[in-house]
Amino acid sequence: MVSKRIVLHFPHRLVNQPIVYKLVKEFDLQFNILKAYVTPQEEGLMVLELSGKKENFDKGVEYLGSVGVKIQPLSQDVIRNETKCTDCGACVPICPTGALVVDTHSRKVHFYDNKCIACELCVKVCPTRAMEVRF
Amino acid sequence: MRTIKEINAKIKKGEVVVVTAEEVIDLVRKKGIKKAAEEVDVVTTGTFGPMCSSGAYFNIGHSKPRIKIGGGGCKINDVPLYTGFAAVDVYLGATAIPDDDPRNKVFPGEFKYGGAHVIQELASGKDVRLEASAYGTDCYPRRKLETLINIKDMNEAVLFNIRNCYQNYNVAVNLSDKMIYTYMGTLRPNAGNANYCSAGQLSPLLKDPYYKTIGIGTKIFLGGGIGYVAWQGTQHNPTAPRKDNGVPKVPAGTLAVIGDLKQMKPEWLVGTSMLGYGVTLTVGIGVPIPVLNEEVLGYAALRDEELYAQVVDYGTNYPQLIPGSLGEVSYAQLKSGKIKVQGKDVPTGALSSYSKAREISEELKSWIEKGEFTLTEPVAHLPQADSGYAPKLLNERPIV
Repeated sequence: MVSKRIVLHFPHRLVNQPIVYKLVKEFDLQFNILKAYVTPQEEGLMVLELSGKKENFDKGVEYLGSVGVKIQPLSQDVIRNETKCTDCGACVPICPTGALVVDTHSRKVHFYDNKCIACELCVKVCPTRAMEVRF
Repeated sequence: MRTIKEINAKIKKGEVVVVTAEEVIDLVRKKGIKKAAEEVDVVTTGTFGPMCSSGAYFNIGHSKPRIKIGGGGCKINDVPLYTGFAAVDVYLGATAIPDDDPRNKVFPGEFKYGGAHVIQELASGKDVRLEASAYGTDCYPRRKLETLINIKDMNEAVLFNIRNCYQNYNVAVNLSDKMIYTYMGTLRPNAGNANYCSAGQLSPLLKDPYYKTIGIGTKIFLGGGIGYVAWQGTQHNPTAPRKDNGVPKVPAGTLAVIGDLKQMKPEWLVGTSMLGYGVTLTVGIGVPIPVLNEEVLGYAALRDEELYAQVVDYGTNYPQLIPGSLGEVSYAQLKSGKIKVQGKDVPTGALSSYSKAREISEELKSWIEKGEFTLTEPVAHLPQADSGYAPKLLNERPIV
């Protein structure tokens, strides 16, 4: 079994196609939609947690690529600007997945990007706007 | 036991013993108050939190021909300044925002740029855009001015914060069923989080709870440079209720601080945006506490476990000015990551950076050890706990 959080960028022409349905039907993959939106006249974006057997997962990803969906691992999308972060901790209780945690000794805030689901709650809550989104 | 004069002599000779307000805790635990007081000359404190009553005044120099900005208008990077002074003196408040900022029209407003950000940019040495308008007089005929300006070209650029360094603060929760956006951060409904804002055992006024050493004229670390305590801060409340150990259990004393902005650093004066609330300046302050006697050291060695704050509902009680505490928690509990509020575990978040407060206390310690920073004798006391000095609420009266 593999389980990965990925970001899918749908070009304009694919926005009204049932792409994710095919991942389930033909590749037996499970998905959990973390975020989805379509910008008018532009493209669709979906953040998914995708899991299944390794070979099915790989085939599913290959399928996505073949139809023109651009795939990006999630961890690159929300990043912390280290020069702006003051390690205050205002983001910590807001983060729903525990990706932002205060270290008990250094009292610095750690960002575990593998736990991040790109909900972006921290982005505006951060007093120095140190959390940045790069979809 | 020792005087500030004696401590300064030791600083000059390079013999001074300085510990931070964190290090002193272990030292006193190991050696006892008496022995530790014999050894330690100075305890350094630190705090790095958002402080809205911050600002800076500038004298920008006279233009040719002359302009009288006083009574006119002035903006830096579109942020309006106060102009009710003489020709080229202006004051910039940390919370000022451009006229065309949407504020909370699209709620919650983002407040991305304001006076605090201008102060940070000036401290970093960046050029800023200054615009001024005036009504014109015989002696100051000019009516319009637009120029780039740099802090190094100003005659004076002085940080003057009329309330900073709060001695203790509320722990904010939201008992309503809607998300709220406050100066204490974003508060989730039904007490979803509890936000606090104090460095606790590193915080200057918590470690000198009766203002025995900190007074008017005390030299401090301010925004990465040197500053002074100018006065008690606004809303100074020395008569607030205290615990048996003497430390206020609610927001109490405050300081007004002043210093030359030109020698301050942008990493210690950070423009800050509170979602749905506004712009504020996060200010780094460090205050040295001279160990004049065992009593002073006893206070300076207080631990997070001995310092308490009140949990306050910002959903209804705070905005409606309904007094009351939902309970008392120690800074040790707050730093554990969760507290109990009405029987429920609530995760905590801090607005004041403890790791930066620690850096400040260490930086100030190194300045003193290197002989770059000597201590000052306060020229006058702050209003004391027995002074009767206390803030009042506004008494609204109809205008007839």
